Amino acid sequence: MKSHWQILVVDDEEVMCESLAAWLREDGYGVDTASSGREAVEQARQKDYAIYFVDLKMPGGMDGIETMMQIRRLHTQASIIIITAYATVDTAIAAMKEGAQEYIVKPCNPEEISLLVDRIIKVKNLQRENTILRKKLSRQYCVQDVISKNARMHEILDLTREISSLRSTVLIQGESGTGKELIARAIHFSGDRAAKPFVAVSCAALAETLLESELFGHEKGAFTGAAQQKHGKFEMADSGTIFLDEIGDISPKLQVDLLRVLQDRTFYRVGGSEEVRVDVRVIAASHVNLQQAVAEGKFRDDLFYRLNVIEIRIPPLRERREDIPLLAHHFVERLAHELGKVVTDISEAALRVLMDCDWPGNVRELENAVERAMVTCRGTSLTEEDFSFLAQNGPAGKTWTAPPEMTLQEMEKIMIAATLERTNGNIKESAALLGIDRSTLYEKIKRYEIPR
Amino acid sequence: MKYLYVGAMGEIDGEALGAIRDRMALEFAAPPRALDLPAADFAYDAGRRQYASIPVLEMLMRACPEDALKLVALTERDLFIPVLTFVFGQAQLGGRVAVVSLARLRQEFYGLAANREIFLERALKEALHETGHTFGLVHCAERSCAMSLATNVRQIDLKQAAFCAPCTARVRRYPREQS
Repeated sequence: MKSHWQILVVDDEEVMCESLAAWLREDGYGVDTASSGREAVEQARQKDYAIYFVDLKMPGGMDGIETMMQIRRLHTQASIIIITAYATVDTAIAAMKEGAQEYIVKPCNPEEISLLVDRIIKVKNLQRENTILRKKLSRQYCVQDVISKNARMHEILDLTREISSLRSTVLIQGESGTGKELIARAIHFSGDRAAKPFVAVSCAALAETLLESELFGHEKGAFTGAAQQKHGKFEMADSGTIFLDEIGDISPKLQVDLLRVLQDRTFYRVGGSEEVRVDVRVIAASHVNLQQAVAEGKFRDDLFYRLNVIEIRIPPLRERREDIPLLAHHFVERLAHELGKVVTDISEAALRVLMDCDWPGNVRELENAVERAMVTCRGTSLTEEDFSFLAQNGPAGKTWTAPPEMTLQEMEKIMIAATLERTNGNIKESAALLGIDRSTLYEKIKRYEIPR
Repeated sequence: MKYLYVGAMGEIDGEALGAIRDRMALEFAAPPRALDLPAADFAYDAGRRQYASIPVLEMLMRACPEDALKLVALTERDLFIPVLTFVFGQAQLGGRVAVVSLARLRQEFYGLAANREIFLERALKEALHETGHTFGLVHCAERSCAMSLATNVRQIDLKQAAFCAPCTARVRRYPREQS
């Protein structure tokens, strides 16, 4: 669609103005005209045009160059094309020096003008897309978008705002799926480093040697396959923030290296002898209790104290159940758009099912459950039946209640069959899980005719 | 009953005129009528040695019959608008009249051997294109559609003498009472 791009044609000759405007309208653009420089500036004050075609020679004390300068004062990024019938090198130089995007001599070839307009509009489209994506990205991670009415979460969000522009290291602790990375991003994108890089690294995902090279980079020839020098995540995050997820999983050697970076903000690339200095804010996160890991000797206490300058503990979802309806509605709204479904609500009964669950996988698990329900939902509102899979899934399901009209033997048979399936038919393991000895298990398998 | 008028401005290639009239009647679902119009001499610009298309459109608006759904005129003269070196044609966007110049559609214009088939095909495409504008159609991004912008004959040859599905639908939806 071109019609959202507006073009202003400025020429004191009406026929010139109207004929170019008509030609551009046929191409799908919205076009306004102005018969003088003053009129053009007045119109530019009301509306920002994508392209301005301005005639160089106009009477009334304001020629094309002066008109262009005044428009550029209003819109610094304006794309202005100067048109003239009397081309000289001097006027062309003057127009370009004052910021004209192009300078064309009339009459000009239709192909030339068409390509010129196309090129400018393509750039405008890209600029607009870029602005939208940037806004979308920063909006997605701003503090206001963390959804909660829980008092502890509000304290965390207040703290997030207060510390966003500091350089102090932050340690975020919480179970898996509680939104540790979301809080880390919120801190970064709310602070004065927002326009700088945010680099996230999952320390659990890589082996020790790979992680070392990933974090600090390596020199050419540092190891087999190191064909050229590579910058690590710390260098990529320079002047921004590095988010080290699952920090509790790093090796003792890397703990020492990391301690040095936190103390001096310097490090060496793998295989390198040159010290690299960076200005990086470190936000670390862990799902294991690092204090306990220190007590057990698995994590260096000096590194822990360096990381734990500002501590944030995110409560699990089961400790803030009041957020479940809020989050569920938020996911419905977002996922309806993403999945192209017309689901707009959740029934009261369905919300009660969600409130009853323990959500060991926290917000992430709740989001997945809402997504699964939306995929199969046939109406415009999610019902209790849409979440029936929660009851079958065990731990995430609601509190177990005995099914009516089921005998103890039937229940025992189901229990044994399920355990055998889980252990791939391993008798020793199944017997241990069921709390009975192996001979009893054999005897029951035989009696209930359970296939193995 | 509204008619689709195909007008001849002075002497016009008869075969082109007939082929365009028949095809346009089918494409725009309106019975065709012929109309003799004055040649474009009144729009001659001695400085450019071409014919200004705006006075031609103004003349067509005055000459357009009451019962015309649209009037598309053909001329052998080379047309221009002040800011461009030439135009293949011009139309009133969403209006009633359009003009198509046959001057630059012949191979001979480019120093090549005459080719009747190519010429007739180009004339039909440009007539569809300009008449499409009178139905409110703007240039189409689909390169094979008759409504795609052509600033040279290569681009005319690349498109087809037919509208793409969305442009066809827009023509069908166009309120005929407006015309």
